[in-house]
Amino acid sequence: MVAEALQREEAPGLALEFRDVSHRYDLDGAALPVLQDIRLSVKPGSFVALLGPSGCGKSTLLRLAAGLDSPSHGAILADGAAIAGPDPSRVLVFQDPTLFPWRTVRDNVAVGPQAQGTLRQSRQRIDDALRLVGLDGFATAFPHQLSGGLDEPLGRLDSLTRLSMQQELLALWRKARYSVVLVTHDVEEALLLSGHVVVLSERPARVKAEVDVTLAYPRRRDDPKIVELRRHILEIMGFAE
Amino acid sequence: MSTALEAEAKPVAAPRGAAWRQGLYAAAAWAVAAVVTAALPDVVPWGSRDLFAGLLLGGAVVLAGLAFAADRLGRFGARLAHYGPWLIALGVWFALWELVTAKLGWLPKPFFSPPHGLFHVYVVDWERLLICIAYTARLWSLGFASGIVAGFVGGVALGWSKTFAYWGMPVLKLIGPVPASAWIPATFFLFPTTFQASIFLVALASGIPVAILTASGVGTVNRAYYDVARTLGADRRFLVLRVAIPAALPNVFVGLFMALYYSFAVLVVAEMLGAKYGLGWYLQFQTAYSAYANVYAALVVMALLCSGLVKLLFVIRDRLLSWQKGVVQW
Repeated sequence: MVAEALQREEAPGLALEFRDVSHRYDLDGAALPVLQDIRLSVKPGSFVALLGPSGCGKSTLLRLAAGLDSPSHGAILADGAAIAGPDPSRVLVFQDPTLFPWRTVRDNVAVGPQAQGTLRQSRQRIDDALRLVGLDGFATAFPHQLSGGLDEPLGRLDSLTRLSMQQELLALWRKARYSVVLVTHDVEEALLLSGHVVVLSERPARVKAEVDVTLAYPRRRDDPKIVELRRHILEIMGFAE
Repeated sequence: MSTALEAEAKPVAAPRGAAWRQGLYAAAAWAVAAVVTAALPDVVPWGSRDLFAGLLLGGAVVLAGLAFAADRLGRFGARLAHYGPWLIALGVWFALWELVTAKLGWLPKPFFSPPHGLFHVYVVDWERLLICIAYTARLWSLGFASGIVAGFVGGVALGWSKTFAYWGMPVLKLIGPVPASAWIPATFFLFPTTFQASIFLVALASGIPVAILTASGVGTVNRAYYDVARTLGADRRFLVLRVAIPAALPNVFVGLFMALYYSFAVLVVAEMLGAKYGLGWYLQFQTAYSAYANVYAALVVMALLCSGLVKLLFVIRDRLLSWQKGVVQW
């Protein structure tokens, strides 16, 4: 599960627009097309799920939206302005949590404020964040020390299963009304969380279909409408039951 | 083989209140060495014999005292117990060394000196040795410091910038494998003084491994670290100073250890050519006069200094890289 929260100081979140975006990677001189003519818009404060088979290029879409790479063709606009590079207003949540092993737990939390030059003002926020995840007692430990001898704090993180992560994400979005783009290959996850599902094809990814999900939260996976939409989307993806 | 190593490595903890047996054996061995040194006549006089015998006896007394106090000394006592076999071996070694050189004259005389012959060098020639140590220390620290700073900065540039790598890497690959001592004839013409030439040689020997290892370290940093830092708002400065360099630090230290060994190697050679003082010069000078006791005495000093510096670098590395899992202890 990869998610991108598009946040802005004044709610709702920012508008994101993919204008005929194509992208290819250069693999030893051979071009590998991953995205083809993606045309997509994310309304401010909406929750959009990008659904597609593994390796179809979903994560590339997020990298482009985050500004980590520039698209080979087309443009991506955030609130009407072309994205030139990464910006803390567009937060990319990585699939593999990447900690800096040479930084203590606290210093890892402080990377953002430090990089943005707001370390001094952010002391309290950093401490609060540590307390929130129950790591305040391990602030000066290095990441390898947590996974090595101390099972308890990591045990707590491990128990944050996919389900509760989904709930956390949903709760955060409903509270702050960021714009969220969630990348997943799990149809059910897309239907439980998002208001708009974009079905992508195999690589190179094209937009195959867009499905609105207008059900109220919290949603139940055995809701007949969810079951119906799930079957519909699986059909689009080529898995007829 | 392995059982012998295990037996030796296993610390022998004395039961509480009892004497530390190996300590007593060590004291006995040192006392025997003292008696051998003082009581038997030398085939030729070496000087400082009685002083050395007194030191051995003093060592024996201290060891005997420690043998009875070891169980009350806590961590120091445990460390001492660990080195018990070594202390015994040292006493035996001193006694045998005295016998085969000064007492029986079995080993050819000008080339082998008894331990008190080496000791005599420190007693009579300590001033000149100290001056030599100071000269060597000055040359080494200037050369090593400038070399590793230049190597580190160059390595970061080579690892970070494609332009730097394009122009710099071929040059580094061409020059890197050339032994620094091969530059000696050229540098003595290129530099106005031999001192500057020697500094350059030491700097070259230490700079190149640091540059190569730093460049490869910076070049192979996990890209995900950059992605994470960039999405959190990091600029280029942050990426270089707070991502690339710390991530490359383990490699940098590998380069530093290589630099240390290379710098010692070239240091002595440089001092043997056209230096006025220094340990390398001392070795050369004393060999010319067949003063082999002085040569050995200087070698012992060098061994202590070099291994001390290696130990120091390990301490620094363990401090800076404590975030790493399973660092090699020294």
